[in-house]
Amino acid sequence: MTDLLIKGADLIGKGRKDLLVRDGRVAEIGSITAKGAETVDADGLVLLPGLVDLHTHLREPGREDAETVHSGTRAAAKGGYTAVCAMANSHPVADTAGVVEQVAALGKAAGYADVQPIGAVSVGLEGRQLAEIGAMAQSAANVRMFSDDGHCVWDPILMRRALEYVKTFGGLIAQHAEEPRLTEGAQMNEGAVSAELGLPGWPSVAEEAIIARDVLLAEYTGARVHFCHVSTARSVDIIREAKARGANVTAEVCPHHLLLTDEAARTYDPVYKVNPPLRREADVAVLRGALAEGVIDAVATDHAPHAPQDKDCEWAAARPGMLGLETALSITVLALGGPSAVDWDVVAERTSRTPARIAGLEAHGRDPQPGTEANFTLVDPAATWTVVPADLASLSRNTPYAGMELPVTVQATFLRGRATVLNGKIAEETTE
Amino acid sequence: MKHLLTTKELTRDEAELILDVTEQMAEAVTGREVPKLPALRGRTVVNLFFEDSTRTRTSFETAAKRLSADVVNFAAKTSSVNKGESLRDTALTLQAMGADAVVIRHPAAGAPQRLTEWIDGAVLNAGDGTHAHPTQALLDAYTMKRRLGSVEGRTVAIVGDILHSRVARSNVWLLTKLGANVRLVGPPTLLPKDIGEWPVEIGYDLDASLKGADAVMMLRVQRERMHAAFFPTANEYARLYGLDERRLKLLPDHAIVMHPGPMNRGMEIAATVADSPRATITEQVTNGVWVRMAVLYLLLTNGEAR
Repeated sequence: MTDLLIKGADLIGKGRKDLLVRDGRVAEIGSITAKGAETVDADGLVLLPGLVDLHTHLREPGREDAETVHSGTRAAAKGGYTAVCAMANSHPVADTAGVVEQVAALGKAAGYADVQPIGAVSVGLEGRQLAEIGAMAQSAANVRMFSDDGHCVWDPILMRRALEYVKTFGGLIAQHAEEPRLTEGAQMNEGAVSAELGLPGWPSVAEEAIIARDVLLAEYTGARVHFCHVSTARSVDIIREAKARGANVTAEVCPHHLLLTDEAARTYDPVYKVNPPLRREADVAVLRGALAEGVIDAVATDHAPHAPQDKDCEWAAARPGMLGLETALSITVLALGGPSAVDWDVVAERTSRTPARIAGLEAHGRDPQPGTEANFTLVDPAATWTVVPADLASLSRNTPYAGMELPVTVQATFLRGRATVLNGKIAEETTE
Repeated sequence: MKHLLTTKELTRDEAELILDVTEQMAEAVTGREVPKLPALRGRTVVNLFFEDSTRTRTSFETAAKRLSADVVNFAAKTSSVNKGESLRDTALTLQAMGADAVVIRHPAAGAPQRLTEWIDGAVLNAGDGTHAHPTQALLDAYTMKRRLGSVEGRTVAIVGDILHSRVARSNVWLLTKLGANVRLVGPPTLLPKDIGEWPVEIGYDLDASLKGADAVMMLRVQRERMHAAFFPTANEYARLYGLDERRLKLLPDHAIVMHPGPMNRGMEIAATVADSPRATITEQVTNGVWVRMAVLYLLLTNGEAR
């Protein structure tokens, strides 16, 4: 591998530097001239540690018509990601060592981003019997995070036991907080818009009640809990109070909850159907503030590809979820004040360092230093782009941002020094 | 008007035009030996019903036939929710057959709106989930106009399961647009959350809400709702929110009693009340045909050749 020289990148918004990469690691930072090195002109570009997604649905195994590990990680690279955590709700469910090892192996083979499988908490995501959490932790996939995402670990005794059990290896439970009885048949946020549209409402309290309970369980057991896709203002209050008491809790927010509201449901276009649902303007404002402040620790995409027939139908028949990997950075920057006002250090913190720390991915989320793995992305803060579904790297097209002009483009992404994206395009030769 | 999906999207002028044409339809057909007009000859109207509703389907079918349209009944027992043919594929089929208008009844809110994206013909919402049932509201308004002389300035109490009622929603938007005062009455469990911005009064006490009402509209309440804790028992519901003889006396003498049908006699309405001369229930059914004729006519001819 020839050396790689990044010229004149603005390192996390703190000043222009050159960066020399050798054998997949950062070799030198400063003012560098290197003969024979492949040079990337990063004039005007901001360098961020490679983004880390805590919440990705790669759909493989099982729904390879919607996404594969290959296509999903290409989408990730295009969005500036160098690592993604693959949710467990595949078919078969990632509830055994065999499945998580398969997903990890598919990620290695694709080579576009590191794929860290998340294991199921319960067998088949059914909420009854604990999955073989220990076997998954000891497998080659080295699973640390467990989640029944798509389903809440609703049974309080199962949640308590799971929290206690993962303490043996410093693991954590990522909770999809949704009280199932309060959301039976629910289709969208319960409020003024659902009342008018006649779509069964999804009360905010269904999320908040579980978050409150699990904060208490985390404190009681001394275990770690992470809250997936926090979507309401009251959830933020509960998490803020829990953190002030020193509870071992973390939380993520999805880009769509930072931008879109339940008003979008008026179209009855299921591209806006998602779990948890799009909430009110007031929730969006509180979530943005909480992300800036750090009460919400990380942005996570909940990238949820769906085949056309699962969205090209009436609202109630559609599956929930939207694409996120290729638009997340743009929307995060937008939510944190826009490209001219944004603090790039906060962007790095919420999209890379903290999620890497939560997921236990030690080679990711590191600011470039001599010796660190060269996992980073170069973004153009001055550029804008228009979301064209057909141009996305994902196999699916269910983006709620079609036609929107967004700030910030990803110019290049490097995984252990190798470009997965260069000049805004996916690098096609990927074998390490 | 290209489609009729909701009453909310209608302007007051459009709503009044529909009611005027309704009256013309009634006059044009009533008393004729052959109760048929040639207005839609050669046009195809498809009744696409994903829910069993003989009443509404028959009403639309009668309306279309009285306008000399060809009527195709497309009963789709299973929707895509039940893994039958998808709504989109059904729509593409109807499009290929050249339907001029599709009358759709569907259990999913918003299905008619989705349909407009896939077919060129006019879409007429005959009830979608708990969202809207615009022709029912129009026939209710027409009935009030006939019986009370006007809708403007009248007070209408809509009673019962507002939460699950597309009839209530469509009436709220239409009647307030036409200048009526609307009161929604029911237990809090059966009222939607966050309707403070709706242009209505909200009450939990039926006796109080009947005072000074010119019309009271009783909604059908499914007995099964008690299993989801919306109310304790059918008997208690009838006691608190049923219209019986005692409550009928609380209404002004001129007030009318409406019900969109089908009724649960003894539940939301006492049998004697349903059969009293103040009840407009069968009249509503008759008016439904005129209203649906008016809407089909306006959508398919753009009101030309009147």
